[in-house]
Amino acid sequence: MGVTVRYFAAFREAAGLAEEAIETAAETPAALFAECANRHPALQRFTASLVAINDEMAGWESRLSDGDEVLFFPPVAGG
Amino acid sequence: MRQFSVAAAPIDLGGFRRSLADPSCGAYAQFEGWVRDHNEGQEVLRLEYEVYVPLAVKEGLRIIDEAVDRFGLTRAAAIHRSGLLELTDVAVVVGVSSPHRAAAFDACRYIIDQAKLRLPIWKKEHYASGAAEWVNCRHCAGVEHAHHS
Repeated sequence: MGVTVRYFAAFREAAGLAEEAIETAAETPAALFAECANRHPALQRFTASLVAINDEMAGWESRLSDGDEVLFFPPVAGG
Repeated sequence: MRQFSVAAAPIDLGGFRRSLADPSCGAYAQFEGWVRDHNEGQEVLRLEYEVYVPLAVKEGLRIIDEAVDRFGLTRAAAIHRSGLLELTDVAVVVGVSSPHRAAAFDACRYIIDQAKLRLPIWKKEHYASGAAEWVNCRHCAGVEHAHHS
């Protein structure tokens, strides 16, 4: 299936891009992030803290569907 | 009145406070987060907030709603800055009005604590040394496969 992945802040700088379209067999955001870290080794040293699917906060073991937009958030630091 | 927004320009604090005034309320509590000149032993010159606005607003409103329901507030609102900020600039403001003070203090604290944990907002500090780092990410280095936890 095809998904769009978006990277923010430190992730965008590590991956060297803000978003990419990926063909994947990953069923969960956790598996997808591992795949992305293989594509962009600089991501491997990071901990992803939050994930969203189609602009809704999601869990790491949520089910991915074809066409999803998956947002990977590095540790947040608002306030 | 329940509101959460992200501002790219300095916040109008007077207008913010006036929007929370209500004749049924005997208490108003406000929290401001300011840009500080040091963090973890480094001298900070300025900082930069990156905000993913669609989700920050959605989740921010959820936090405001939770606080209103939980503490029985009359009005509650918060504004978070994005972009480049200088020392002493207001990075975030939270305001709540309620009939009595205990709920106002507690709700203000609840909103800022949850905002720090849940909003997709990132802070990059620019140091006197010339370096710049994303806060909370320095500690990620060396941690592998920890995102499953």
